[in-house]
Amino acid sequence: MTLPHREPRFLTGAWQVARKDLLIEFRTRSAFLAASVFAVLAVVIFRFTWDPTGIPAFELAPGVLWVIFTFAGLLGLNRSFALEQQDRAFDGLLASQLSRESIFAGKVIANLVFVAAVQALALPAVALFFDLSVGSAWWAVMAIVLLASVGLSAVGTLFAAIASNTRMAELLLPMMTLPFFVPLVIPAAQASALIMRGQPIEDGLSWLKVLVAFDLVFVSACVVAFPFTIEE
Amino acid sequence: MLAHDRPTRTVPPSDHANAAPVLAPILEARAVVRRFGGRAAVDGVSLTLRAGDCLALFGPNGAGKTTLLRLLGGLIKPTRGEVCLAGHTLPGDGATRRLVGLISHHTMLYAALTARENIRFAAECQGVLDVEGETTRVLTHLQVLDRADTPVRSLSRGLQQRVSIARALVHRPRLVLLDEPYTGLDDVGASALTEALRDAQQDGAALVLITHHLHEGLALATDTAIMLNGRFAYTKQAGAHGIDVTAYQQQYRSLVSEGAA
Repeated sequence: MTLPHREPRFLTGAWQVARKDLLIEFRTRSAFLAASVFAVLAVVIFRFTWDPTGIPAFELAPGVLWVIFTFAGLLGLNRSFALEQQDRAFDGLLASQLSRESIFAGKVIANLVFVAAVQALALPAVALFFDLSVGSAWWAVMAIVLLASVGLSAVGTLFAAIASNTRMAELLLPMMTLPFFVPLVIPAAQASALIMRGQPIEDGLSWLKVLVAFDLVFVSACVVAFPFTIEE
Repeated sequence: MLAHDRPTRTVPPSDHANAAPVLAPILEARAVVRRFGGRAAVDGVSLTLRAGDCLALFGPNGAGKTTLLRLLGGLIKPTRGEVCLAGHTLPGDGATRRLVGLISHHTMLYAALTARENIRFAAECQGVLDVEGETTRVLTHLQVLDRADTPVRSLSRGLQQRVSIARALVHRPRLVLLDEPYTGLDDVGASALTEALRDAQQDGAALVLITHHLHEGLALATDTAIMLNGRFAYTKQAGAHGIDVTAYQQQYRSLVSEGAA
């Protein structure tokens, strides 16, 4: 007897996957704790190796910020598919009614929330240790961070799926993703630097456009590529 | 399903069909081949299963049983041949995939989630409308309702396996694929599983059961096959009185030792 059912819609399916991943992370907190400790440690180390008389804070801080975001994010991305490999839960997910695109979108949403949570911790820490004040332009910084995070999460999720099928996933993931992060991190860091220097937001618009363009390209390409990366 | 002289690789539709009205096949595999590099893990297997059929699949390690099961579930694509589920070629779309329930010796559960959360998640992914009702039903059926709110990592291996079975049956699939489902189960768990599978059979599901335990496999089987080197080396249909376990065991040992030689 077939049970009455309704095919999950794209966003409903994505939300189910994201909610499950976030619930697991909330229960274990392993990746978040590791990423948070890394972020705070990195800020402290950069702060104490920084010579304020040589380089002004607004020149160094954007670089520090994006180094932290990039590497802290990798910790969460690694975990994203590692938890699916334990007891081959991913087989159950693939055998379900959810579309591959829906599963991918769910993973990206969960990774985006994870990255945003780490950023919410790292951003004030950088501002505090480097004595930065972005004033009324804080929303512009948030917009840059969000835009870059979308691209980082999409690319990272795709490569995490590929790396998870290998024996050296934790080593392979940074090697595969970092070259693809460069086109996102450069405009994000440049736009952040402009705002931290106190320049008008309009000056950073061209970098923001580059960021949006890369987001569109990467998200579209990753959605299309994901089903092929999980095929056996 | 009829026995064929070796080394046939084709298992025809069940003879039950002669006595009862012919049902449309739920599962059809036609000359399926799956290669990994130069080696054929599954080499030209054909089979047909209808509602209520249970194919018990035996064979030594490395015979290709698990690969065949993954092909039948649409988890991997055949190198050659095709697998049709309810008339749709696998891997198919979401509506086709929801017809399959997959049980393996891997639990496919999330250790940090409770038993109930795991099953609820599976039900949601399969688009079940009454998620809570079906979750409770299947937990009750597998006798794990009293541990439903315990994280899976805190459950014994046997209980985890029962939760895994509940996860696979929550959406009442029409084809249940089982890879060593009795691994780690105690007597209560094994009985609960057998009962759940009988109910699924009576509900019209077809089963493919891989096991090393001849007794459990033959108890449910309407058809059996012994797989060697990616092929069906021997097939036999259960008669009215089932299959003689001792004779089957001898047949199995003889085939496996021949294959090893």
